[in-house]
Amino acid sequence: MSANSGTSAGADAANPGATTNHQGERPTMLKVTGLQKIYNGGANAVEAVRDLTFDLGEGKLVCLVGPSGCGKTTLLKCIAGLMPPTSGTVELAGQSVTAPPPGMAVVFQEYGRSLFAWMSVRANVELPLKEKKIPRGRRRELVDESLEAVGLTSFAHAYPWQLSGGMQQRVAIARAIAYEPQVLLMDEPFAAVDAQTRADLEDLIRQIWQRMGVTVLFVTHDIDEAVYLGERVLVLSSSPTVVQDDITVDLPTERDQLTTRQDERFTELRARVYAEIQQAKKSAGAAPTAAPSVAH
Amino acid sequence: MTETTTQGTARERPEAPAGAGGRPRGAARTGPNKPLLGAVGIVAFLGMWEAVPHLGLVSERFLPPASTVLAALAQRATTPGLWIAVGDTLIGWGLGLAIAFVAAVLLGFAMGALPRVRAFTNSTVDFLRPIPSVALIPLAILLYGTDLRSTLLLVVYACFWLIYIQVLYGVADVDPVAEQTARSYGLGRLARIRYVVWPTTLPYLMTGVRLAAAVALILAITAQLIIGSPGIGQEIAVAQSSGAVSSVYALIVATGALGVLINIGVRVLERRVLRWHTSVRGEATA
Repeated sequence: MSANSGTSAGADAANPGATTNHQGERPTMLKVTGLQKIYNGGANAVEAVRDLTFDLGEGKLVCLVGPSGCGKTTLLKCIAGLMPPTSGTVELAGQSVTAPPPGMAVVFQEYGRSLFAWMSVRANVELPLKEKKIPRGRRRELVDESLEAVGLTSFAHAYPWQLSGGMQQRVAIARAIAYEPQVLLMDEPFAAVDAQTRADLEDLIRQIWQRMGVTVLFVTHDIDEAVYLGERVLVLSSSPTVVQDDITVDLPTERDQLTTRQDERFTELRARVYAEIQQAKKSAGAAPTAAPSVAH
Repeated sequence: MTETTTQGTARERPEAPAGAGGRPRGAARTGPNKPLLGAVGIVAFLGMWEAVPHLGLVSERFLPPASTVLAALAQRATTPGLWIAVGDTLIGWGLGLAIAFVAAVLLGFAMGALPRVRAFTNSTVDFLRPIPSVALIPLAILLYGTDLRSTLLLVVYACFWLIYIQVLYGVADVDPVAEQTARSYGLGRLARIRYVVWPTTLPYLMTGVRLAAAVALILAITAQLIIGSPGIGQEIAVAQSSGAVSSVYALIVATGALGVLINIGVRVLERRVLRWHTSVRGEATA
């Protein structure tokens, strides 16, 4: 699978100076063009997403932040092929996405509902692989590896509900990486866990991303998290949503909860994203009419 | 589809799946010895039963003392007649329950997949469901006489609705996040039914089966008693018409025992099948 060949690529992908031009250096993995989603309610149709255009280079880790209710989840569902957009296209590695593509895994915020309570941790991780018709031996390998990657080897036979919230979300992450996706979509995955667990999980994601070279689109409402995790932060406007800003995070590859967060540059970036979000909230009444403010 | 579902839910909520909140399991452990209390209760009840006819409060002709009835039961238990009757009753009960189960599950899952058909059949179901099974007795006699099939007709009719309604609610209760997860991981329609819809429905289904198991026994006995198809019910009718009062009571006790055993069996099954479900698993360990 291509995820393996990308292992080394993932490591140097975080090279700071190179991130300014994400188009040139490596092929586009995920391309969202003119995405619009209107929820049909007859007379009171709601335009959740107006016009979103952005792309992710292979092996990138990009965070998507926006004010609450800005249609982040809608966008993610459209990208994941779980919901058809009203107009616009999503392409994964050049292939148009109309149904959930095999090269994509989603980690949902609601781990308790996303994991199947009637299956052990191991069975949860293994089920998608079974459906992918991966031979038994390779399946076992993948499950073992991914459970080890999230540090849950000894809980393979437990049920998800016997684990803490953070551990359950790690199971969901293990399930996603065992699937060997080209793109990993994460929908506010740590919004429901406590702060300490959250820090651990953030580092886990960085670590997995560097090791596997997978492309990650991480949706969050947490500005600190977005800046800490991402190589790039896309700031969304209020609903109806457009991309309001595209910020390159030029922090060192090796991030640390303590030192990175104290870094002057981190504070600057954080302030910038914060200001953007405030602006987005203010202009919520006067909805933007034109195409996204940032061209690619 | 969601609309009809929520309406349906608001209109008449089925019994909570798997007796959620029905069994205070924690209290059983902290309180006094429950089995012991239960045994004392039974002994006290039998003592009263024994005393009432002896004291002349009720004539022995209508209520023989417990010792007489239990002796009659023990005597009957040594003859094959009782066991054949029990066997016949269990066949009517089990076969009827099984037919109702299979039909209700198949139809319920089909309706879950075809919300339009469900909306179309809703009113018919609401009309047919309240018809008491016993009202079908004349029909059963006309169609099948005193055959086993008469019993089956009544049992299947009563049990089918109980299970079917539960399955309808169950298949409509699939968590959207679980559903989306399954879809995003490429699970096809059949795989989603097997790994998501079926386990979601299971707690509802087990509730339906638990209720239906009790109702099936009632109707099996009723059919035998009234129609005269073979089984304990028929034995009771025969004993009654020949004036063997203590035998009548003995057989009634036997049906009660059968009911208790069936209930225990269903509970055990429920525990096993739903060991992952909130109603059974109790406190999470972490």
